[in-house]
Amino acid sequence: MKQTIRIALICMASLVFLSACASKPPLYQWGAYEELIYDMYANPGKAEPGVQIVKLTEDIERAYAEGQRVPPGVHAHLGYMYYTQGNTSAAAQEFATERELFPESGTFIDGMLARMQKD
Amino acid sequence: MKTTKLNLLAVLILIAGMTGCATPQHYDYSAFQQHPPRSILVIPPLNNSVEAGAPYIYLSTITRPLAECGYYVFPAAVIDAFLKDNGMPTPGEMNTVPLDKVREVIGADAVLFVTIEDWGQKYTVLQSTTVVHARARLIDVQTGTTLWEGTALAKQGSGDGGGGLVGMAVAAVVSQVVDSIVDQTRGVSAMANTNMVFNANMGLPYGPYNPDSATDPRR
Repeated sequence: MKQTIRIALICMASLVFLSACASKPPLYQWGAYEELIYDMYANPGKAEPGVQIVKLTEDIERAYAEGQRVPPGVHAHLGYMYYTQGNTSAAAQEFATERELFPESGTFIDGMLARMQKD
Repeated sequence: MKTTKLNLLAVLILIAGMTGCATPQHYDYSAFQQHPPRSILVIPPLNNSVEAGAPYIYLSTITRPLAECGYYVFPAAVIDAFLKDNGMPTPGEMNTVPLDKVREVIGADAVLFVTIEDWGQKYTVLQSTTVVHARARLIDVQTGTTLWEGTALAKQGSGDGGGGLVGMAVAAVVSQVVDSIVDQTRGVSAMANTNMVFNANMGLPYGPYNPDSATDPRR
């Protein structure tokens, strides 16, 4: 009986030790975002705006379906891809979503939208 | 005899567990505490290494650790394009961007300025190592104060597999050939940045989007 209690104590203690530094689930679902940034500079052929739009849209839809959060910058980056293709309405929509999700982006987003109107 | 050892083991494990993630206050966080930022702008790094591509590979691995730490991180590629459109064609110029312009046009609370010190493959006869070494400073946009500094350093070797000296030499050569095809620096850079941001003694305090910021003694 005493032995069982001792073993239980060790098991509990080990659990505390392991979980004290256990990795928590990530805040965001990252998808292809950072790899696309890498490809833009290292393999530009693999990161044409059209390709990026497809991949980021997939990532956003998957995150939404799984109840996960889209990382800072992803909607703005997608908006910028639309902008480079001349699709200003889709761009504006993505920029607005970025500002809604992350109010810290407000100044920069408002500037992007204003500059886009002037083009 | 056995039971005393078991007791001791249990107590030791429990103590280790309770203190395992405590943050020893070796780093002075007082400047950070006076101006805790919600958002971080990362400027494409200056480069003291021999690898011309290092800054933008590094840039592609810094967003995630900062965001997971809990900060809003401005979209790195959009910012890069924006700076280039505004008279700053390379990181050299970008790193001189005036803070009042950052506040006015970008609205970031803090800027991360980075210098790459070492980057790439190092070869000896018996070992092929991928190295990433960078220094980062987080600057408050309002006051220009340095809020935090960190060092990103990580290395990855060609393996300590068996085969003795001949095995190691073969592994080093294979690594050399593979490395020339596959860029290992991206993974090592991600590791370096993660280690820097989440360092137990000197890491960046949690940001507003991370629930752990509420109980972070460093903030």
